[in-house]
Amino acid sequence: MLDGLGEALLLRAGYNAALVGIGAALLGFAAGAAGTFLFLRKRALVSDALAHATLPGVGVAFILLVAAGGDGRSLTGLMLGAAVSAALGLWVVEWLARRTRLTEDAAIGAVLSAFFGFGVVLLTHIQTLQAGRQAGLESFLLGATAGMLRQDAIVIAAGGALAVLATWLLRRPMTLVAFDPGYAASSGLDVRRIDLAMMALVMAITVIGLKIVGLILIVALLIIPPVTARFWTDRSGAVIWIAGGLGAVAGYLGATISASAPALPTGPIIVLVAAALFALSLIFAPARGVAAALLRHRRFQARVHRRQGLLAIGHGETILEPFTLRLLTAEGLVRPDGVATEAGRAQAARIARDERRWAVAREIHQDAALSGRYDGLTPIDAVFTADEIAEFDRRIGPPVALGGA
Amino acid sequence: MPEIALAARDGHRVPPADADSAARAALSIRGLTVSYGEKPAVFSVDADFPAAAMSAIVGPNGAGKSTMLKAVLGMVPRLSGTVSVFGAPIEGMRRRLAYVPQRASVDWDFPATVRDVVLMGLYPQLGLIGRIGGAHSARAEACLARVGMADFGHRQIGQLSGGQQQRVFLARALAQEAELYLLDEPFAGVDAATERAIIEVLKDLRAAGKSVIAVHHDLATVRSYFDHVFLINVRPVAQGPVATAFTSETLHATYGGRLAATHLDELALAAI
Repeated sequence: MLDGLGEALLLRAGYNAALVGIGAALLGFAAGAAGTFLFLRKRALVSDALAHATLPGVGVAFILLVAAGGDGRSLTGLMLGAAVSAALGLWVVEWLARRTRLTEDAAIGAVLSAFFGFGVVLLTHIQTLQAGRQAGLESFLLGATAGMLRQDAIVIAAGGALAVLATWLLRRPMTLVAFDPGYAASSGLDVRRIDLAMMALVMAITVIGLKIVGLILIVALLIIPPVTARFWTDRSGAVIWIAGGLGAVAGYLGATISASAPALPTGPIIVLVAAALFALSLIFAPARGVAAALLRHRRFQARVHRRQGLLAIGHGETILEPFTLRLLTAEGLVRPDGVATEAGRAQAARIARDERRWAVAREIHQDAALSGRYDGLTPIDAVFTADEIAEFDRRIGPPVALGGA
Repeated sequence: MPEIALAARDGHRVPPADADSAARAALSIRGLTVSYGEKPAVFSVDADFPAAAMSAIVGPNGAGKSTMLKAVLGMVPRLSGTVSVFGAPIEGMRRRLAYVPQRASVDWDFPATVRDVVLMGLYPQLGLIGRIGGAHSARAEACLARVGMADFGHRQIGQLSGGQQQRVFLARALAQEAELYLLDEPFAGVDAATERAIIEVLKDLRAAGKSVIAVHHDLATVRSYFDHVFLINVRPVAQGPVATAFTSETLHATYGGRLAATHLDELALAAI
């Protein structure tokens, strides 16, 4: 199996498998990039309702295709059916939220379960049909790449590429609407229409991804990459690209891993890859990650303890807290027995002098904006100019020797 | 300037308005009613705001000041009424107006830098595929400098104080290089330095012949900041030059018992 995986990853597993991998990567890129706007517009759950609402469409399309004497497995036909019923589901959510007292989340819950339930009933019925046995429609739930036809892979790859292009074209209006819909409307954008275009884009990606990712997990491919990307950047343009990249990696790895182990459904593997990237980012991202936050907090705590310890030395008090003591000992400001060293006393004197300067500063500058900056940590020369500080010193008078110095 | 008019208690329309004054006005509103459910938030407003001047929309909380502005811009649906900008229907005049929303209206954790937000003011000109070039960047920098934020361009917008956020919104509007600026409570909850910076920018705009209309809640500064005032309490109460339309009488008619008599006297004294 490992050999198979290596070959698949390097696109050597054959033309079809390579095509499926590329299709999944393009789909993942489109999902991550378009999903960024879903995430920024705070509409993630709507896409879940939309995805679940595709199932009855798949069932009805299959029945119609068979009744018309065609091949029930035609991917394009099934996708068309999925799109129609997803649009219907989306419309029902909107209508319920707008015209009744139901909130959107309640409307989503109702639509999601009702459509999905109906879809499962249809699918069960299809299984009993003569033509339905080999239909493999259940693969639309969790996705599968095994036995995918070449033209199916081409449809998915082309659809993914088109969705990427559409996302790129609409990035500015969608950014504007996501950040500040009121301002967007004032500049003449039709916010409703932009929102509709965004949902149409998401619907297209969902439908394209049905075969590979499956409808249950497609929402994860839309949402996890942007959420992950957000850890690495503070700019929406970069979020779009990083999310696209992450989605592409997840899609590609998921499709190739699943190709080498056909018993595994594709969707869950794609989502697991995406989730692993999310977990790594959550912990290790430089500014917003958990580790960075922890480190920042520890540094801040050390600064507070150092300052408090030096103030205590200045007042001739004993330092009792072990953490403070360890910190100052490590810096050579305090001897292990708790007595301040020469350097420690000099530092303490400087800090005590700054405290006296702050006291004068608060008297002179009633302006709260300046003297309000006193928080015990901010150095005084970060707030006042050298000549201002000289004036404080003049008022304080000659330096006072510290006790024991 | 048209005569100021005070609505009678029985709710007569304020008559500002003839076709001629509408043609000269920067913003002209006729018969505007906005309703949430079946309770009008703004009822039957006729108003003309002069060009090349600073105008305030003043009234008590819940009087429909912001709603009126949002209805003008089409952010909330109008039940009735027409809006024109420089004598033409507003729909075709979007490029010539800039809106500064309330600071609280957006999520400041949005992934954008200060510069990104200012560049959003250029999106309508850039269109879907236009590239952001050096000239655009320079314009964004210049707008940031005008609001005293030149050094903050690369900061994430969530790391700004409230006053700084308000300045960024103003810079975005400046980037549009509009003729008419509509501001929703630009001074609400900002520090004194920001208030000074904003009013300086607005006065510069007026000096350059631009028109400024702001929803304003601080009665004490109406006289010193604005030329023209529009008093509203769901219905229009009075409008005209500040000197004549902003009096203890019109304020009493707008605020009723909600404004202490002493406060009214102070403001009336300040008028002299």
